[in-house]
This record gives sequence, C-alpha cells and structure tokens, in this order.
Amino acid sequence: MNFFLLFLQEIIKKEFFLAFIQCSGPSMEPTIVNEDIVFSERMSRHLCKIQKGDIVIAKSPFDPNMNICKRVIGLEGDKVCTSSPSDLFKTHTYVPKGHVWLEGDNLRNSTDSRNYGPIPYALIRGRVCLKLWPPHSFGTLSESPTERIIKTQSDSDSD
Amino acid sequence: MAQQATAGRRCLRAFVSGFFVAVPVTVTFLDRFAYVARVEGSSMQPFLNPEGGSKCDVVLLNRWSVRNYQVQRGDIVSVVSPRNPKQKIIKRVIGLEGDFIRTLGYKNRYVRVPDGHFWIEGDHHGHSLDSNSFGPVSVGLLHGRASHIIWPPNRWQRITPSLPANRGPLDTEEEED
Repeated sequence: MNFFLLFLQEIIKKEFFLAFIQCSGPSMEPTIVNEDIVFSERMSRHLCKIQKGDIVIAKSPFDPNMNICKRVIGLEGDKVCTSSPSDLFKTHTYVPKGHVWLEGDNLRNSTDSRNYGPIPYALIRGRVCLKLWPPHSFGTLSESPTERIIKTQSDSDSD
Repeated sequence: MAQQATAGRRCLRAFVSGFFVAVPVTVTFLDRFAYVARVEGSSMQPFLNPEGGSKCDVVLLNRWSVRNYQVQRGDIVSVVSPRNPKQKIIKRVIGLEGDFIRTLGYKNRYVRVPDGHFWIEGDHHGHSLDSNSFGPVSVGLLHGRASHIIWPPNRWQRITPSLPANRGPLDTEEEED
C-alpha cells in the first residue's frame, strides 16, 4: 500500500504538478519576472512540435533535479549568433543534430546556451503557453524582445 | 476441413487484435516502473548480443531506480540519444561527474566529466556510438538501468555493475603519462 502511494505521488508530481510552475530568477525579464506562475503543456515536446521562439521548461544540463526556463533561439541545423550584440565581429555556429539553443530574454543576466552550449532536445520537459499570475499580466507570453532569432527563408515563407 | 481452418483463423485474429490493445495499455502503466527492451546492434558485445545477427537479447530496464538519477559506475543504462531524441541507446556507465577519463578517440585525450553529466561507453570499442563520439552525456537523459537479461532463456541473469578492464576513472595520483 505504501509503495503504491509513493508510485502515485511520483506520477502526479511528474505529470501534473509540472504543469503549474512558479518561476524564479531574472533571466527571462521582462517576459516572465520573479514569482510569476506559468502553465506549461507537455504535448508539443512529445510530438516534437517545439518551435523557435517558444519558451520552454527544461532540465538543467548540470543538475537534472533543477529546471530552467528559457526561450528557444535555434533548433537543430539553425544558425545562431554566439557573439554578444556589443561585439564588433559577429560569430555564428550551427546547432547540432538533436540539440536546441536556449537563451533568456534578459541577456545581461542569464546563464544559457551562450555559456554552456546547445542542450539535447530530450532535456526539454514542456512548453510554457500561458502566464497565470500576477493577474494584470495574465495571458499568452510575448515574442522574444531580444531579436536573437535568425530567421531563415523557410520561416518567412510559411507565414 | 476448410471450415475448421477459417474458424481457427478468426480465433487467431481475435486473439491478436485483443493482444495488441491490451499490451500498449500495460506497457504505458509499466513504463514508469519497468520497461522491457530488445537490444539491437553490437555495441555492447560480448556482454549483450554476443552472437549478433538475428539473436537479440531482451533486457529488463528498471525505470523506478533511476527516478532520482542515481547510477553507479559499471551500471548498464539506457539513455536518450543526444543525437536523436526519439532513440534510446544502451551503454555502460564508465565515469560520473568529477571523474577524469582517458578517452578512446574523442577530440580531447583526457576529459573531466562536468557536473550533472556522466561518461558512457559501449563494451565493443570502435563499434559503438557513445561518449567517445559525442562527449559527456547529461544525467537528465538517463532513462533506465538494465537490471536483468530476460531473453533468450539460456542467458537469463541478473546484471551487476562492473567496469571493463582498463576502463574507468583515472586515479589522480596515477596520472603520470
């Protein structure tokens, strides 16, 4: 009986509680600020429908028990800019197969793929689709304010 | 005679279609606890699939024991491939975070495994896509630990963690060359 309760607890924790997430930290300001509560869905990740510009919750590559909340700047094969906007010479790299490039919206105060490189796609747990709290900013989340996403020809054709 | 044959066929068809409905439901439930997987390929020879060809081992993967990401060196684990999120690969854990590894064919001769990562290798060096190709793997990709070989019946055994000879973390005192 004890084991069954533990089992049930694991499933509820992993499948349902992950849906309502309280974010902490400044790395996604102004889109998501400290102590906002967001709602994330897990279907996109399983159907491999995560897109550039989506905000995702992922397992931290350095500690699988910690979660990070960042925006997808590039999917596999995409070109991403590895230099900062203030650099004179721009450097680029291509995201390897099976990986994604994540960056926080608050570029000055975010540890992300610019520091630790692209992370495997399978570390993504869900896509943030709605902000629930505070009430005055309830609703869908805005587009990336940082203009770090490099749009390719195929992106503009599909609009 | 022909009538008996069609009745038998209908029976078989009913059994097969029922089976294919019941099995996915059971598998989904058991997915959190344990997972049965057929090992394909030769990257873990001679321990798994020693005969190769059409005779593939089937292993029992314990998913419950890895829910807190606890693994030991020498464990055989299944991991989501960093190259392809839809594929799982079965390898042996050679090093954990903080270990120094002497690599076989990786871009750096020596690697310190970063925090939250581990180093996995197939027993059949040279025939294995593992950390020697794609580097240390994030522990978040850990899927399950192979606890038993359950098929073929003559190879039924419990899998205990064991590091192959000469593969393992370097003792920092011995690191002379």
